[in-house]
Amino acid sequence: MTQTLQATSRPKLPRGVRLKHDEVRGEWLLLAPERVIKTNGVAKAVLERCSGTLTLQDIIADLAQNFDAPEARIEADVRALLMALAEKRLLDF
Amino acid sequence: MKMTAPAPVGLLAELTHRCPLGCPYCSNPLALEGRDGELTTDEWKRVFSEAAALGVLQVHLSGGEPLSRRDLTEIVSHCASLGLYTNLITSGIGMNGKLAKALAYAGLDHVQLSIQDADAASADKIAGYAGAFAKKREVAALITAEGFPLTVNAVIHRANATRAGAMLDMAVALGARRVEIAHVQYYGWAVPNRGQLMPSRAAAEAAVAEVERKKHELAGTIVVDHVVPDYHARLPKACMSGWGRRTLNITPQGKALPCHAAETIEHLTFWNVRDKSLADIWFESPAFNAYRGTAWMNETCRTCERRDIDHGGCRCQALALAGDAAATDPVCHKSPHHARLAEILASDMETASAPYHYRRVPARSLA
Repeated sequence: MTQTLQATSRPKLPRGVRLKHDEVRGEWLLLAPERVIKTNGVAKAVLERCSGTLTLQDIIADLAQNFDAPEARIEADVRALLMALAEKRLLDF
Repeated sequence: MKMTAPAPVGLLAELTHRCPLGCPYCSNPLALEGRDGELTTDEWKRVFSEAAALGVLQVHLSGGEPLSRRDLTEIVSHCASLGLYTNLITSGIGMNGKLAKALAYAGLDHVQLSIQDADAASADKIAGYAGAFAKKREVAALITAEGFPLTVNAVIHRANATRAGAMLDMAVALGARRVEIAHVQYYGWAVPNRGQLMPSRAAAEAAVAEVERKKHELAGTIVVDHVVPDYHARLPKACMSGWGRRTLNITPQGKALPCHAAETIEHLTFWNVRDKSLADIWFESPAFNAYRGTAWMNETCRTCERRDIDHGGCRCQALALAGDAAATDPVCHKSPHHARLAEILASDMETASAPYHYRRVPARSLA
């Protein structure tokens, strides 16, 4: 079963999963095995911080500052996105 | 009528039809293209450059066995330089540690490795190749040791249907993060082998239930993409996500097809990348425009609430089973030919014990 994401977890896009700017369609996409996933601005901001160096806590604090939003709301969004990707094996932590 | 199509997202490159295996359900056409006349390295590079400019994001390097091409690493490297996501679809035969390293260095993103069965003797018999099972285990280890994400591909049919769950366990043991497990689709070599491959309804349903049960059990460990059997269904598959909507295939000699079986629709003419640009082929060719949109549909499909979900199902299957490529896919319960599937299933049970017609490339021409 998928593990729980901890505040100290360091989420990372595994090899074979990467963000790409699609010049033809003018949007950011997450490319993965047999999948192309559209990302909105917030998802892109989360995913580009998933390098395996920042902790979940770092990512939330950084985004809260960048988007001028309360950490609790950011945390709920970030956790939902990351857990959905982890269940599809598109994120490690 | 000319349609305004969205740009393609995927391109499946059949780099060669040469393959050491003889799987009786191979999706390649019965008339395999020989080595003479295969696109050259430079021609493939031009195709991939045009594909990237057109909007293609992912390329699937397939065959035949793509490792039979000595220029594979150069092709991968070119695709990577264009920012294309590269996926190698392989039997594993021909892979070694040195090649795996070279492919990693070239920028290959992902590997899909086929398995034939979870039982060694049965797997080798299905592949028509002694030692294939053992070789694939070695190759999976090489691939994961190199750090590639691995998907295992498995095809379910009569000979292995009772081991569908065991094949999922094998995919986990091989280190895959993802497994595609699909019931045979009856195109290409699977057509003359249909009687030998078709499981009984009870066996197919048991395999479907087992895969669904294990899919939930293995969630978080491995992603299971499950393709259920067509002939036992009431609703057709959204074949290719719609004709000419998302992907295209290029054959070893450069013909551009909306799907791997499209050449069975004999009244269509498929343009070649040697004569036309990929953009011209995608947007302008009559073959790619033939079944886009809904204008080609009959009344049943055009007024159906699932019209934009399954796009009327599969054109090749409509031709094969209803005699008209524009007909409703006979898998659909609304098709007047739906009863034909039950007849086929009954007759297939009678030819069950015949030997396989193994897929073989014709000997190289002497010219």
